[in-house]
Amino acid sequence: MTSGVLNLVVKRLGIALVTLLIVLFAVFFATSMLPGDTASILLGQAATPEAVAGLREAMHLNDPAILRFLRWLLGLLHGDLGTSYANQMPVAALIGGRLVNTMKLAAITTLLSVPLALTLGITAAMLRGSIYDRAVTVLSIGVISVPEFMVATLAVLLFAVYLKWLPALSSVNEAHSLTDLVRIYAMPVITLTFVISAQMVRMTRAAVIETLSTPYAEMALLKGASRGRMVLRHALPNALGPIVNAVALSLSYLVGGVIIVETIFNYPGIAKLMVDAVATRDLPLIQSCAMIFCLGYLLLITAADIVAIMSNPRLR
Amino acid sequence: MTMARAAASRRSLLGHSYNLVGVVASLVILAWTLVAIFAPYIIPHPIGDIVDDDYFGPMRQGLLLGSDYLGRDMLSRVLMGARYTVGISLAAVCIACFSGVVLGMVAAVTGGWFDTCLSRFLDAMNSIPSKLFGLVVVAAVGSSIPVLILTLAVIYIPGAYRFARALAVNINTMDFMTVARVRGESTAYLIGSEVLPNIIRPVLADFGLRFVFIVLLLSGLSFLGLGLQPPLADWGALVRENIGGLPFAAPAVIVPSLAIASLTISVNLLIDNLPQKIRDRDA
Repeated sequence: MTSGVLNLVVKRLGIALVTLLIVLFAVFFATSMLPGDTASILLGQAATPEAVAGLREAMHLNDPAILRFLRWLLGLLHGDLGTSYANQMPVAALIGGRLVNTMKLAAITTLLSVPLALTLGITAAMLRGSIYDRAVTVLSIGVISVPEFMVATLAVLLFAVYLKWLPALSSVNEAHSLTDLVRIYAMPVITLTFVISAQMVRMTRAAVIETLSTPYAEMALLKGASRGRMVLRHALPNALGPIVNAVALSLSYLVGGVIIVETIFNYPGIAKLMVDAVATRDLPLIQSCAMIFCLGYLLLITAADIVAIMSNPRLR
Repeated sequence: MTMARAAASRRSLLGHSYNLVGVVASLVILAWTLVAIFAPYIIPHPIGDIVDDDYFGPMRQGLLLGSDYLGRDMLSRVLMGARYTVGISLAAVCIACFSGVVLGMVAAVTGGWFDTCLSRFLDAMNSIPSKLFGLVVVAAVGSSIPVLILTLAVIYIPGAYRFARALAVNINTMDFMTVARVRGESTAYLIGSEVLPNIIRPVLADFGLRFVFIVLLLSGLSFLGLGLQPPLADWGALVRENIGGLPFAAPAVIVPSLAIASLTISVNLLIDNLPQKIRDRDA
């Protein structure tokens, strides 16, 4: 019985691994399509043709693309991310601290948005059709329909311009006390929480409504259970799978969200690093950042799928 | 195929009643479409002209939406921006949905290794976050209108494919498909005359949703400075170049945001308020 689930999970993990390879391949090739010769860019305009040819040889740029891809992959496995073109520093050193900053931002957002979104989603589903439900639905559709940067600009307008509670820019270096910390993280976290929660509220609400319309939920009501008991004891445990699935899927929106939020608030995270790398066309840096983002995204959507498999009693 | 589509839309226009929200939403979309087409003839000032002594000027007579960070007329810039935002998104969504739907129907009808390989590959494409894909492509080949259209289209082909394939797989199990196969019809006939007419309505609704995604992504990329390059400016780029006006709540930074929101929310509301028969998958 359980071996069936195990099989499916292993199969799903296998697919994720193959997908990861394809994605890495795509990232590598997209970035190596860059016009202009890397060696001559590195050496500058004064370089002699011999120097360029020598550097091309030393960097293995003359090898076929597939060989360079495999070499890059091998380097990744050894934790060698390459050297940045822009300032000759190892990419791993550039990314390290930035990645921690982004993870902090993501973690705080998750801690805030998951309870918030679940509460809103479940209560909206329970009070389906009420004014409260309509307000939650309209608000979440509104947030989903506008670009992330608009949520961010509205948050700045409200909290920094009109209310003057918070600074518009964040800079992690200046944190000396708890209040500093709150002021620094508040704007990016508020924006991201809005963006992520809207998606989560919609999906949670849909999942709970679906369970509430099942015969056993109706049965619980008919046998005399209170509405609250029906939702908490009968419906919620069965909606748990879809809800966790919704949470994981919504969290994958963090990947797109942080790119905008870190740029607009000047937050020193890995997404800002990548946007800057795109501006300077720093290939190894772009490749590594893209890889990290794809990895995170893939982990979340794979987790969502596995939860869906595990929580489906028909597969058990 | 075109006849079937025309018949379907005629029926939906006459046979169903639209509610108020749907009508208002379609009017907003229509207005932006007209603006996108006729923008060069209706703008009050040339978009490059500096018409205000002050930058980030307020709304007033003559400059209805104030002025931007160089003192240019914001109304003209927003109206011209509609051209790029609507035009590029529309071109991209047409390519994405056309390729995705055709591939999806062919995969569902032929099945076998073609279906398996294509589905695997497009699923993998779908595992690349869209903004990231845009960033990498722009880093690789630079940003121009054709590149943007193609990139946006490629990003949303997997989604359109998945949607159409899921619908077409259901149709494929119907008896009339078996009959058509036994008659010896070609794949082109099968997808064009048997499958498409049966899935066209949900596919059109999906077209609208995907249009919204593309508008949002294009605006996001332009906002990051990776979309349209100056002197061209779509709505996302307008927000970016005027972001300095945010501390004074200048109309120059708010109006383009509102323009994007009015378009995307209208499309979403229109789809949500379409008559049930058009929206539902199995209608």
